[in-house]
Amino acid sequence: MIRFESVSKSYSGATRPALNDVSLEIGKGEFVFLVGASGSGKSSLLRLMLKEERPTSGQIFVLGQKLSALPSRKVPYFRRSLGVVFQDFRLLPNKTVYDNVAFTLQVIGKSRGFIQEAVPDALKTVGLAGKANRMPHELSGGEQQRVAIARAVVNKPAILLADEPTGNLDPATSQGIMALLERINLGGTTVVMATHEAGIVDRMQRRVVELLTGHIVRDERVGSYVTQAIPTITDADLDEVEPDREELA
Amino acid sequence: MRLGLVLGEAFNGLRRNASMVVSVVLVTFISLTFVGVAILLQTQISSMRAYWYDRSQVAVYFCSAIDETGNCVQAAATDEEVAAVQAELVAEPLSGFVERAEYLTPQEVYETARDQYADNPMASFLTPELLGGIIRVTLFDPADADVVIESISGFAGVQSVEDQRAYLEPIFALLGAASAAAIGVAVLMLVAAVLLIATTIRLSAFSRRRELGIMRLVGASNRFIETPFVLEGVLAALVGSLLAGGAVIAIVQFFVGGTLGAAVGGSSLLVGVSDAIAVAPILVLIGVVLAALSASIAIRRYLKV
Repeated sequence: MIRFESVSKSYSGATRPALNDVSLEIGKGEFVFLVGASGSGKSSLLRLMLKEERPTSGQIFVLGQKLSALPSRKVPYFRRSLGVVFQDFRLLPNKTVYDNVAFTLQVIGKSRGFIQEAVPDALKTVGLAGKANRMPHELSGGEQQRVAIARAVVNKPAILLADEPTGNLDPATSQGIMALLERINLGGTTVVMATHEAGIVDRMQRRVVELLTGHIVRDERVGSYVTQAIPTITDADLDEVEPDREELA
Repeated sequence: MRLGLVLGEAFNGLRRNASMVVSVVLVTFISLTFVGVAILLQTQISSMRAYWYDRSQVAVYFCSAIDETGNCVQAAATDEEVAAVQAELVAEPLSGFVERAEYLTPQEVYETARDQYADNPMASFLTPELLGGIIRVTLFDPADADVVIESISGFAGVQSVEDQRAYLEPIFALLGAASAAAIGVAVLMLVAAVLLIATTIRLSAFSRRRELGIMRLVGASNRFIETPFVLEGVLAALVGSLLAGGAVIAIVQFFVGGTLGAAVGGSSLLVGVSDAIAVAPILVLIGVVLAALSASIAIRRYLKV
């Protein structure tokens, strides 16, 4: 489903590569946590899967596509089979919940009939069936993230990428989001989630891939968030660390 | 792709950027008006050139009894001398260039001059003896005048051979300069219009960058993202170019047809409203194509994947 072959990624101007010779295989239907400190390369990994960035070296295969061979005009069509969720929800503030979810389908040219069926369905899946006509600012953080998840899965993607989806939420709300992601995963969608919330990882008991300064240092079928593996960062390290990009888009 | 959605996005963009859009409309309007004027000036010049060159001739002036210039020796050209020139004009190789040659006797020249200068007191001093005959030579191609001048100048009894086109050159030079100036202004204004459209579209895209980011994320095709912005630029330019087309037609109708036509007496030689109507679609086409190009280039950086 997703395969990285000795992938390295250096951003220009950075002294150390964001990813260094990473090889990784994620199968269909898996639920994978990417853990690691800020700057360890989690976001870079997700961006590479989306073809937001090109690797400096190595090959990436997603859904049977060799990303380096994918022409840029085909990237939009490739992205339709991926769903993405972010820490900051990224909802359109001037559209209702329903329209936010429908927007995804409108811009990829789905028919009105399909949209009228799929959107309420997706909203029901995330438990927001009654809030279709609310505006995003009227919702709580957890509800906004549910809208974002509904938007990501409304087109039934094969893979759901989540970049710290619980980063802005309190533990109880996070748990609800995780239950939702688990349900989506049970439906057959591969879920890759970057996080640094130990509690969530420990509770879920799923595959854990740990990144440290661009290397995979641990890959356990059933893992927990092993905090001691993250070393104390010195001031010297901080200078080298690539800051997390604010926006993926 | 859903047309309604795309058009809706384009109109939203126009509404949100109203002041920039108005400036795009005005700049395209003015620049394309200059383009239209330049095109019409060119049309005017070429129609006038065709008209006058058709009528302008090479004139062969024969000696009169008082001439000392040219090949003259204070004796009027004899009939034989005139006949020799006439024969030369209809023989090879000149016959290939000469369409027709018409001889005016000194008496005829005198009568023409007398009529022409009837209100000039000097005319009363003129007698046929003071004038030489003239052959008016019409050429197939006025540009070949030099050939005739060279061949005929040496003949006995010929005072001079003149290309009358030379009198018209300064007028055409003036009109040409005016046309070049209009084109220069038009080009500068068009550059400004293109840059302004690009800036407007960038601004519009920037104000919608959140939506654009989400569109790209969920896999909207580049064309889908690009089209509303291109339409936005094209619609603004379309309004400007329609105004320019209207302005050009109005200028021709009221200034050229009215004021200028009255001043030169009769406007058959001047560009007419039909020319202006022919120019208007060209202006619209230029406006729309430039706007589409500059908008799609401006939006490109938001489409990078």
